[in-house]
Amino acid sequence: MNECIENTGFRPRIAAFFCNWCTYGGADLAGVNRLQYPADFRVVRLPCTGRMNPEFVLHAFRQGADGVWVSGCHPGDCHYIAGNMYARRRFTMLRELLEYAGLDPGRLHFSWISSAEAEKFQRTAKDVIEAVRALGPVDAATAATKTMVMELRKVI
Amino acid sequence: MKARTEKIREIAKRLLHEGKVDVVIGYARGTSPMREQPFFARTPEQADQLTWSSFCVGNTAKSLVQVARAGERAGVVAQGCASRNVVGLIVEKQVQRDKVVVIGVPCLGMVDFRKVEAQVARSEGRRVETVEEDGEELVVRGRGFEKRLKRKELLRDNCFTCQHRNPVLADELAAEPTAETGGGDIDKVAAPWEKFPAADRWARFRETFQDCIRCYACRDACPLCYCKTCFVDDARPQWLGKTQDMTDITSFHLMRAFHCAGRCTDCGACESACPQGLKMRRLTSKIEKDIRELYGYSAGMDVQAVPPMASFRPDDSDDFIKQGGEQ
Repeated sequence: MNECIENTGFRPRIAAFFCNWCTYGGADLAGVNRLQYPADFRVVRLPCTGRMNPEFVLHAFRQGADGVWVSGCHPGDCHYIAGNMYARRRFTMLRELLEYAGLDPGRLHFSWISSAEAEKFQRTAKDVIEAVRALGPVDAATAATKTMVMELRKVI
Repeated sequence: MKARTEKIREIAKRLLHEGKVDVVIGYARGTSPMREQPFFARTPEQADQLTWSSFCVGNTAKSLVQVARAGERAGVVAQGCASRNVVGLIVEKQVQRDKVVVIGVPCLGMVDFRKVEAQVARSEGRRVETVEEDGEELVVRGRGFEKRLKRKELLRDNCFTCQHRNPVLADELAAEPTAETGGGDIDKVAAPWEKFPAADRWARFRETFQDCIRCYACRDACPLCYCKTCFVDDARPQWLGKTQDMTDITSFHLMRAFHCAGRCTDCGACESACPQGLKMRRLTSKIEKDIRELYGYSAGMDVQAVPPMASFRPDDSDDFIKQGGEQ
């Protein structure tokens, strides 16, 4: 788990948006079960992935995130019946659009994780972090992503 | 064009005279050549100022929202794209079907005034003073020159790839239906951009948008942008700053394009309104293509339709989303 950190010393900053009813609970359960995963993401708790505004994703990149991870309930399990189904279409469009504009798809992740899937949470967290870590910090990313994120990012 | 103008006036007069509508939204001659402006005719006499030409590029559906919000019944002069926006507004419940009379105009494509200016060499200080339409030709006159130009070569980019020149929804028609498509291939608009190597895509988008002066003319001309508070004006949280940094410019254009998903009819009002001549369609055409390919939806074709971003199917693709179960 820590090989990459040891090799490169790079710990990405990942903004994670979790649905209160499933993935957030899944993360909690992973904690209760003492399942270890790298803690390189900051969680924002949402009532539902349907609450995700695509602007959140851009905003996260703008605020300095190296990656964004959105996770919610499996299709059919939404607390609000279908919030995640609407979100799915929105994600599809957003992902296509950002990739079209030049963002490396490895910096944007979506997953469905229920509150019972502590192990899947652990696994996915590792996956997401490894993927972003492998791409390196935004400054060292592919030309397109680098300029894109640097330009999205307000230089203060 | 003259016949169309006369027919529009005749219909508008009749509607206003019979009291079927409170106002007819159309175009009047602009104060400068090649710039027809939106016009609201409230009396049969005012209807005489309505006009139709190759430069009616603003989208009348934009004004329809404002009029409908005031509770007025409106007649709206609409070519193919604007009629689709009217349908979109009905679908999104911004306009009531029984409060709008669509005066449909089969469209021959609109002319991009920038292309005309380029043809008469504006850079050499030549100014277009009058433009006369003569069948398939434009007669452009200014001090010391007269040029006959082929209309076909001067059409706006989106008019080449137009798929619905005839109004989708029309209570009255101002001319006989015309050929349905502009002849171009709409699938090919986004294609070259998709093919660029990932490494320089953003550089190209930066180039596309770097001249943006954040005047919001694109938003103000777009009939889809009817929110009372736009996300760019939100202060808490402030999604993006007001500056002309690439940060703010690119965020604005990405989000504006995203908001058009499943709604944009490719009417080109944004590009025509842009004082800087930006090609916003490089973003919106990709979205239009995705919506069409993924969800089989084309905006503004059906009053009964449910917009794709406001609906879902259980079997929508989610292959990019990490599923459960797999190791």
